[in-house]
Amino acid sequence: METGLKEDVMRYIEPHGHMVSRTTDDYEKMALAGCTAICEPAFWAGYDRGSAQGFRDYFRQITEYEPKRAAKFGIQHFTWLCINPKEAEDMGLARDVMALIPEFLQKPSVLGIGEIGLNKNSRNELRIFEEHVQIAQDHEQLILIHTPHLEDKLKGTRLIIDALKGFAGIDPARVIIDHVEEHTVDLVLDAGFWAGITLYPESKCTPHRAIDMLEQRRAERIWMNSACDWGVSDPLAVPKTMLAMRKRGWSEAAIQSVVWDNPRAFMGQSPRFQLTPPA
Amino acid sequence: MSETSAYAAPAPVNLVELGFMDARSKLLDVAAFLDRVDRAGQQGDYRVKALREAMKHLSDTGTTRVKEMLLTFSDPTEEPIPAAEIQGAFGAWKQD
Ligand SMILES: [Zn+2]
Repeated sequence: METGLKEDVMRYIEPHGHMVSRTTDDYEKMALAGCTAICEPAFWAGYDRGSAQGFRDYFRQITEYEPKRAAKFGIQHFTWLCINPKEAEDMGLARDVMALIPEFLQKPSVLGIGEIGLNKNSRNELRIFEEHVQIAQDHEQLILIHTPHLEDKLKGTRLIIDALKGFAGIDPARVIIDHVEEHTVDLVLDAGFWAGITLYPESKCTPHRAIDMLEQRRAERIWMNSACDWGVSDPLAVPKTMLAMRKRGWSEAAIQSVVWDNPRAFMGQSPRFQLTPPA
Repeated sequence: MSETSAYAAPAPVNLVELGFMDARSKLLDVAAFLDRVDRAGQQGDYRVKALREAMKHLSDTGTTRVKEMLLTFSDPTEEPIPAAEIQGAFGAWKQD
């Protein structure tokens, strides 16, 4: 489908957006801003779901329905699957949900396992995280990892990296650890993983802080996302940061390396990530 | 595999021109917040104490102020907790 975009609007990929929580107006705004692909990791709904059946419905929504909604705005939609760490404290539920994953891995828009990770850094969360990593390893899937919020982020990032080192079959180049900030970005990149920077108005990172980190690390193995969801978040955070990059002296090619080349390089490791028209 | 060859260091810009008013405004907001909290007698809250601790790094030299601040807000322990009893976070670590 034609996006109708003017030639001079730079295209970008939104590598982390929870579009089931957003309106069609948001899709339209993102399309107008140059977004041509959105990747939706499975996440918390803002409340705990009562059964694995609730997750089956959710997995159907993000693999069957949401791609059609995005396509109406000329945007491709891809998905990651898991039970998120906020609901992983209930290990019985978590295992019932994980049992659904192999069936949905067959869907054409699924890129891998995510966003798994930790929330409060509990033993059960860590166990379920490791079981997800095992699924990814068994099915040769890419992995997208959520790191905890605020005061829990440093500890959670360390626990996650330590746990991943226990898996001989996991290649760090096929794992992205998201929501890094200044105190975790080096831990992640120096261990060979990809890093995601999330642009949130309050709790994560502002455009200028994100640009600082990108410059410090020469934008290597880093993507930027809005992680827009049902809470305070901005689906246009990536294009707004692109504006700030221009003010900061970034060339168009350098901006494109972050908002297009990098997500494409990481997700392109999945044969499912085919952009149309091919670029 | 990582296609970051297009990255080039940005052209030099006047970062002070670009960011001074924003930084000034945020700093004044922090000061006003602490004044307000003091007037209300709420300065003993662990989060306010954590903020004051973090603020010490404003006077650091070098270029790791924001990292050092984030570290002061962080849970420094290393072992997983026995169970998650809440789902949220508060922005500052509270020692039990
Ligand atoms: Zn997310």
